[in-house]
Amino acid sequence: MESKDNNSNVVTVSKANTCIKCGAKAVYKNTQAYCKDHFFDYFESKVFRTIKKYKLLQRGDHVCVATSGGKDSLAVLYTTMMYCKKYGIDFFALAIDEGIADYRDHTLEDLKDFCKKFEVPLHVVSFKKNFGKTLDEVQEIAIKEHGKKPCTVCGILRRSLLNKGSRDLKATKLVTGHNLDDEAQTFLMNTLKGNMGHNAAMGPMSGLSTNDKFIPRVKPLYLITEKETRLYAFLKGFKVTFSECPNIELSFRKQTRDHLNEMESDMPGVKYGIVRAFLDILPDLKEKYTRAENRKEFKFCEKCGEPSSGAICNVCKMEDMLSLETHKDVLIESSYENKNSDEKLKRDA
Amino acid sequence: MEVFIEKENKTVDLDFAEKADDNGTYSVQELLVDLKINSEAVLVIVNNEAVLPDENLSETDIVKILSVVSGG
Repeated sequence: MESKDNNSNVVTVSKANTCIKCGAKAVYKNTQAYCKDHFFDYFESKVFRTIKKYKLLQRGDHVCVATSGGKDSLAVLYTTMMYCKKYGIDFFALAIDEGIADYRDHTLEDLKDFCKKFEVPLHVVSFKKNFGKTLDEVQEIAIKEHGKKPCTVCGILRRSLLNKGSRDLKATKLVTGHNLDDEAQTFLMNTLKGNMGHNAAMGPMSGLSTNDKFIPRVKPLYLITEKETRLYAFLKGFKVTFSECPNIELSFRKQTRDHLNEMESDMPGVKYGIVRAFLDILPDLKEKYTRAENRKEFKFCEKCGEPSSGAICNVCKMEDMLSLETHKDVLIESSYENKNSDEKLKRDA
Repeated sequence: MEVFIEKENKTVDLDFAEKADDNGTYSVQELLVDLKINSEAVLVIVNNEAVLPDENLSETDIVKILSVVSGG
């Protein structure tokens, strides 16, 4: 059924169109073919194995799932919910509304429906409330006056709100929907830019430094492909409105993603190969760059007090550059308890 | 044969008889090649069921090509 040359990343795709487990018509095929039910088993057991192998979640954790309402976040929210319920771990969802018209508003509606259906507590935090402006409102000045792409601005501000938001809500772990494609793309992008230190901070559990102000970020979908995630969401019947961030066209990630997909078509298994190779060198990268980190005195931003590599953190620099508001604590836009179908909506706007 | 392409939010009408070979077969993979769509970037749904790339299509099939890319 499957063959793989040990000296190569190239895998031989199964030629069978029937499920390897039960012989029913297959809906998915990589090295092996699966019917719908056995695809669910394959997907969920892979997620659970990843969580256990890399010790991503443990009893006693208070888990925050970062979610947007897209297919990755609904799949990771659903499977994390399954895992947490099985092992008695508390969890909730946290969404960031960046204020991207005709995009985030759609995914947030899907997310609210999903959380209500599955009784998942949800908190929403917005750029508008925390920085005084939406991403759309700062985009033009960021590009024209400062040469900053929207994805750069969004990445810095969103990561900051996710960390501070999950910390304010007493989370011990921050789950993200990053998948195998994301990791292969990011590793290539960092490598092509010569940023090996950034690669050292990647992996199933992100980050190099440990500090009370950083909530560890974990990736249960780490070994799941983007295509598998979309298929899972489709077969589960999750309502996912297709929406690609309008800013993706300006990003280096899109170029990298398209090249990788071309390579994967010609040579199935290259994405797994990249991530496997990365995991192989990750311990060495962590040792090298963690030692370098530890040699430096741990710094905190002089302005906001958050951890920072320099005197002033990137968020404060961005706030100054784009004339944004600053707040010490994260301001929650809205919270949905979603308990026992008796939804209590709180708004502190 | 109607083919809905999610990423472009458009439906194209293909002449199945023109596309099919002498045996009347036309596969999902051939459809993607004709539409210049990378199979890695999409999921193909035929009559509301997920199908494999080597599945053969028929004239009355309703095909949806869903994008698998992340939104960000």
